[in-house]
Amino acid sequence: MIREPLIFEISDKGKRAFGLPKLDVPEAAGALAGLPVRAEIEDFPQVSEVELVRHFTRLSQQNYCLDVGFYPLGSCTMKYNPKVNEKVAALPGFNSAHPYAPLDTVQGCLEVIKRLEDCLCEIAGLDAFTLQPSAGAQGELTGMMLVRAYLEKQGNPRKSVLMPDSAHGTNPSSAHLCGYTVQEIKSNARGMVDLEELDRRMNGDVAALMLTNPNTLGVFESDICRIAEIVHAKGGLLYMDGANMNALTGMVRPGDMGVDVLHINLHKTFSTPHGGGGPGSGPVGVKRILEPFLPVPIVEKNGGSFGLNFARPDSIGRVRGFYGNFLVMVKALAYILALGPQGMREIAEVAVLNSNYIRKSLEGVYHLQYDDATMHEVVFDDKFQKDARGITNLDIAKRLIDYGVHPPTISFPLIVHGALMIEPTETESKRDLDDFIATMKTIAREAEETPGVLKDAPHHSYVRRLDETAAARNPIVKWERPKTP
Amino acid sequence: MSYIALSEKDKREMLARIGIASTEDLFACLPPAVRLNRPLNLPPALSEPELVRHMEGLAARNTYGDFNSFLGAGVYAHFIPSVVDSLSARTEFVTPYTPYQPEVSQGTLQSIFEYQSLICQLTGLDVANASLYDGAMAAAEAVLMARRVTNRKKILIARSLHPQYRETIRTYTRNIGLTLEEIGFGECGGLLTAELESKLGPDVAGVIVQSPNFFGVVEDLAKFAALAHGHKALFITAVAEAVSLGLLEAPGKLGADIVCGEGQSFGLTPAFGGPYLGFMGCAKDYLRQLPGRIAGITKDVDGKRGFVLTLATREQHIRREKATSNICTNQAWCALRATMFLETLGHDGLREMAAQNLHKARYAADRLSKIPGVKLRFSGAFFNEFVLELPRPAASVTAALQAKSILGGLALRPFYPEMDRALLVCVTEVKTKACIDALAAVLEEVLR
Repeated sequence: MIREPLIFEISDKGKRAFGLPKLDVPEAAGALAGLPVRAEIEDFPQVSEVELVRHFTRLSQQNYCLDVGFYPLGSCTMKYNPKVNEKVAALPGFNSAHPYAPLDTVQGCLEVIKRLEDCLCEIAGLDAFTLQPSAGAQGELTGMMLVRAYLEKQGNPRKSVLMPDSAHGTNPSSAHLCGYTVQEIKSNARGMVDLEELDRRMNGDVAALMLTNPNTLGVFESDICRIAEIVHAKGGLLYMDGANMNALTGMVRPGDMGVDVLHINLHKTFSTPHGGGGPGSGPVGVKRILEPFLPVPIVEKNGGSFGLNFARPDSIGRVRGFYGNFLVMVKALAYILALGPQGMREIAEVAVLNSNYIRKSLEGVYHLQYDDATMHEVVFDDKFQKDARGITNLDIAKRLIDYGVHPPTISFPLIVHGALMIEPTETESKRDLDDFIATMKTIAREAEETPGVLKDAPHHSYVRRLDETAAARNPIVKWERPKTP
Repeated sequence: MSYIALSEKDKREMLARIGIASTEDLFACLPPAVRLNRPLNLPPALSEPELVRHMEGLAARNTYGDFNSFLGAGVYAHFIPSVVDSLSARTEFVTPYTPYQPEVSQGTLQSIFEYQSLICQLTGLDVANASLYDGAMAAAEAVLMARRVTNRKKILIARSLHPQYRETIRTYTRNIGLTLEEIGFGECGGLLTAELESKLGPDVAGVIVQSPNFFGVVEDLAKFAALAHGHKALFITAVAEAVSLGLLEAPGKLGADIVCGEGQSFGLTPAFGGPYLGFMGCAKDYLRQLPGRIAGITKDVDGKRGFVLTLATREQHIRREKATSNICTNQAWCALRATMFLETLGHDGLREMAAQNLHKARYAADRLSKIPGVKLRFSGAFFNEFVLELPRPAASVTAALQAKSILGGLALRPFYPEMDRALLVCVTEVKTKACIDALAAVLEEVLR
């Protein structure tokens, strides 16, 4: 395969891919006076349009993506991203709208926000939503700030937050940024919250329990109602990380299970594309008691028109500019409207079916640390292959690349050593699932018979296994003109 | 509309393999008491033609596009070359996730590396991250970073920093014992040097100043950086109008230790507030305190150059509560568009765009300030925005202009209560002379 150079390496002085119309106002004399003007932007690229187009087209061809094949990246919910959502999010009426525009000129945008909030309230069984958080992690931070503001208003913000040791890394990090110390609770032998342990640890200093449900093993915490009771009995709040909502839509609602505050990910459950790592959107839903503390502004409907309410004295403030990742909201609303009530339920039904089909087909081929029923994802590990031939989950992951499949999430959750976390989502065909299962079996056989093939994988990718340690030891994080002798 | 790819036959075969009679059996783990035993109360499913019609109807309720608008204030309408839309829409860029598996993500990783390099060139700094959520959140992260680096507890914030950036900083810092103090602006519209000097001290972690500031005025960054450094505080520059970097000296060359800003100007539509991207860079000494993802160069087993996410030990998935930030996903696709935008414009195109913004804004300011009763509120040199002092409350004037299909700018009173008659006007390269002349004529008429 040809090596695609960096744009800086094909840059040549004086080349252009863009020009503006001639300036149609008189150039102001001394316009630059008093300004610190730079002589040039050193090393800034200069290429022609065709070179630019080929550069990015070739780069795109070095990416694996969901539209090419199976992408079972556990906990990321890599479901198909409907094309119509991209089309409606590109409508000029949405794109030109300036966020400081007079509200009577952006009623369509405000309606999108309000309607999506209403849909999410119904889906989650909660009383109010804010769409402001930009992604899941910011949703967590916002949610924990709401918890803190509520408890402060009651007179005591409390000191710590409990979370299971299987939690995603953003949970402790977000709680910490909110001024809380983080207390991990060890999962029980089934990988779930231990009720006795929770009861022992829950006290008047604990602000909240942060719980992912289904948890990061894909197992539903069946004691959720009892968990909520224990937390509430000591005056704490139950925070649910809704990263795994795809297992639950239309089946059960977090609000009905005693959850006080929830963040969800529009880029997971609601099909908005992941974009190579964003933009996402991490709406936060709450019970009525937390509603006064939501970020400002709030979209409100007054009679026939929509407005913004900034006058909310108990609000935590804003967590970013304006109203959130608006175009992501447009796509999520389009998705919900396309699916309707039955379609929303079908998400969970088929996501869980697909996942269990994979689990059943690979049981015995790959090791399962926990044998409880799993929902939308299943976490195998590399125990069989490692014990026999020293093959790790990383080797298995890299070998999958050779077979044209994106590897599952590896090495998470931390409570499963050598984890291979597989989430197929509801949009995969049986043929693709069967291909994946067959490939995983082939790899298991290779691990047995020709382990070297796995150790050296991938063999057929644009680059082969990369030395990540070297990158961190001597970080080169920008291009610099090579020094000429 | 359904996006499910299983036939009924597929489902039957799969259930048989699992050994159950119905998918309902898979949900036996849910507590029966809280099961939802009714359909969700959502509108009935729409077919694609119905959905498109419906969403077009919503978009059509926005009339903003019918106006001759001079709104800026942190969100700028710039021309976006066709190649940006065309290339960024490629599904290979839209539908993958974070490049956790670098061997199949070199396209994303190399473009992040190019993005970081471009941000370094524009800001004059040694290192940049792969993007943050937006300018306001980047400002908050910059402040948190200054605290980590200095271990001090006070931040000085220019009152001429974008009001939403200040609000976001307040939200992010309210629970971690950081004191915020504001520094006012003078008649030139720039930061009050004497006030900065008097508030600097051994407890100050950082000083954050926006340039061009919220009023469009270009700040004397070198002077403020030197003052901050005199007290071993970090100097943070925020940039809300990133196109200005095409013409104005790189903040890093003027002494900024951290530069954060809003990248919306680089190829992203106003889109009612997002998605945009926050950019952030710093001096290399602080690399390990930088939040967010970073791409770096390495080699594969054959010695071929490749790119990976690196320095992950700063991040939440490794360090958990000790991470430099809680951020996980960033704004990769927005950063990709910014990269495409900057590489399309190139050196000369970006400078040309920046220069046209400056000249058009100067022309507009001259023209508008000649209207009887109208003058420039500040004397400082500006980039593509300026504040007009009107003879009447600005909100009443903007309403009168709107009735004549013009959005004249942002009335500043909601943000600065003492500036009742101030109007922030933005003029970018997309405004023709005719648009500007129309604003002048109508403003004159409205004020008569």
